[in-house]
Amino acid sequence: MITSHPLMLLALLTLIAPFWGALLSGIDRKLTARAQGRIGPPVIQPLYDTLKLLRKTPIVLNRIQVVYAYLHLAFMVLAFLLLVLGQDGLMFLFVFAFSTLSLVLGGMCVRSPYSRIGSQREILLMVAYEPILILLMIGIYKANGSFLLGSPFVAAKPLLMALPLLFLAFLVVMAIKLQKSPFDIATSHHAHQELVKGLTLEYAGPYLALIEIAHFYEIAILFYFVMLFWASNLAIGFVLACASFFLMVLIDNAFARLTTMWVFRFMWTGALLLALTNILWLYFR
Amino acid sequence: MSTTPKLSKSPWVVHFNCNSCNGCDIEFLALLTPHYDVERFGIVHVGNPKHADVLVVTGSVNHRNARVLKNVYDQIPDPKVVVAMGVCASTGGIFADGYNVLGGIAKVIPVDVYVPGCASRPEAMMDGIVKAAVILEAKRRNPKAVQAGQPVVVRTPSAAPAAAAAIPQKEIPQPC
Repeated sequence: MITSHPLMLLALLTLIAPFWGALLSGIDRKLTARAQGRIGPPVIQPLYDTLKLLRKTPIVLNRIQVVYAYLHLAFMVLAFLLLVLGQDGLMFLFVFAFSTLSLVLGGMCVRSPYSRIGSQREILLMVAYEPILILLMIGIYKANGSFLLGSPFVAAKPLLMALPLLFLAFLVVMAIKLQKSPFDIATSHHAHQELVKGLTLEYAGPYLALIEIAHFYEIAILFYFVMLFWASNLAIGFVLACASFFLMVLIDNAFARLTTMWVFRFMWTGALLLALTNILWLYFR
Repeated sequence: MSTTPKLSKSPWVVHFNCNSCNGCDIEFLALLTPHYDVERFGIVHVGNPKHADVLVVTGSVNHRNARVLKNVYDQIPDPKVVVAMGVCASTGGIFADGYNVLGGIAKVIPVDVYVPGCASRPEAMMDGIVKAAVILEAKRRNPKAVQAGQPVVVRTPSAAPAAAAAIPQKEIPQPC
């Protein structure tokens, strides 16, 4: 059996992950279309889009921009590997954050004001959601006694039982990372006219495709992370992740985009309060 | 036939209003509504020429906007196609005799698909963009096959207006 070797399995997972992300993205677009009474694109439309972008003529403003596009993808794949291998959660967070940071730096190294505004908003979003993720790691440590992302698999009780409020806070972070309304202020899947696509404005052709592929990895990472909350039984974890994903589509369609500072305030009051309450409960129970 | 997905599966459209009365633009934006739902063809309306494959132009071109139109066209990565939307973009329309009007957008950039009408029906626009997407794939396979400046498809419900023949040939101002 070819998948019996751990390295083979890892390579297979790394190959499948972007397709899984693209499929989820396509289902998202289809669901959104159906919710609006439209027929919508085929489910594999994100694949068509990415393959098309790969065949376009590259337009590059400067070399650094290209380096950051590659770094964004490379760090995202590395974050995926760390997650799948069950490595240190803090290291995973660091690599995950640096992937986003590469995108921000790529958006900052051009002269377009829209690209820069998008980058600044992305930084603000990072400031808004990073504390939640760090508290989540602390929560995992308190629940399982280890920062290792493999620890939920061997724990006696599902992570969700110990971290119910942190799970809710994580769902908000997920909405931000998936660029869902009301949090899609840096760049968005819809309403391309606003900020003229923001962060990825100056990327064209194959380099935009790299960012798209990195986003597919990001979707796969978030999906897998939700599964960690019920890792003792991955079937339940899968259902949980699917439900969370459906919730994201629902939120996306139900809300309008809000302002940057609103997102910041919401994260540092509502979401942070949820996370902190959960941590305090873990200490004093 | 190759098994790889074609470029025609995902034409991303950037819309440029040259000098239009907004009639075509309103009809064009109607394409995005659930009633017409162009996303089922993979068409996405982007605001950035660098992400686009199809340039949809409404309105006639004049001395002031010729340079801007050329600039937007140049920013689209190859392969790319241009759709002249409405009779003004095609020939200059009722503005053709204006002292400031150069005529149709073909005087500035090569046009692949003409969709005349005042304003064009959304159905005709949809048809034009889908035809443009097919040309997009043809251009990728063989960039020389499609002659620049030669209209490949004319989605015309009627003959070109008589005024079109009388458009005075004017020099396009060079960018300074």
